[in-house]
Amino acid sequence: MPNKIEFYGLSTCIHCKKALQYLEECNVACDPVFVDKLEGEERKETIAKVKEHNPSVSFPTLVINGKVVVGFNKDKIDDALEK
Amino acid sequence: MDARQLYEALKKIQEPKGYYFNEDMSMTMPLMESLLANKQRYGYMACPCRLANGEFEDDKDIVCPCVYREPDVEEFGACFCGLYVSKDWNEGKIERKVVPERRPPEKIKW
Repeated sequence: MPNKIEFYGLSTCIHCKKALQYLEECNVACDPVFVDKLEGEERKETIAKVKEHNPSVSFPTLVINGKVVVGFNKDKIDDALEK
Repeated sequence: MDARQLYEALKKIQEPKGYYFNEDMSMTMPLMESLLANKQRYGYMACPCRLANGEFEDDKDIVCPCVYREPDVEEFGACFCGLYVSKDWNEGKIERKVVPERRPPEKIKW
């Protein structure tokens, strides 16, 4: 089963860049959403979605196979990927 | 101003206050670039690791160095972004953890 990943980040955030690099190293495909690049309704809806997973609305927020990982935390990413 | 010039200028001001740049330049230099990018798009250097509202008044608390830097460096040895750290953190005397977000989410306008 391929991993199911939601990635919410900011285009300027270093922890987001590092997390994306790490996912790439793990050969895990994901389609990141950069919330700072969104506007209007799309921004609102996305922030609401992030808040559901991570009430502090910090970035990156990842949802990996249903597990929420906040921040660039290799161990938690590995756990969620069942590595 | 480029990233290197910003780095040098801020270093001179912040180090005497006890705030050091992360020695990991693979973090610090991209963050310098991001601060310049935010200056360009918002008119002020909003924290690159937080979602800015785009209005100075609404983002005052996260203009770098943000108001959360002091308690974060005090508690974790590093700010939320990992840009500013304590001397001990750079010297590996403090365990490096993911710094949790201290900014109240209500500050984000949406």
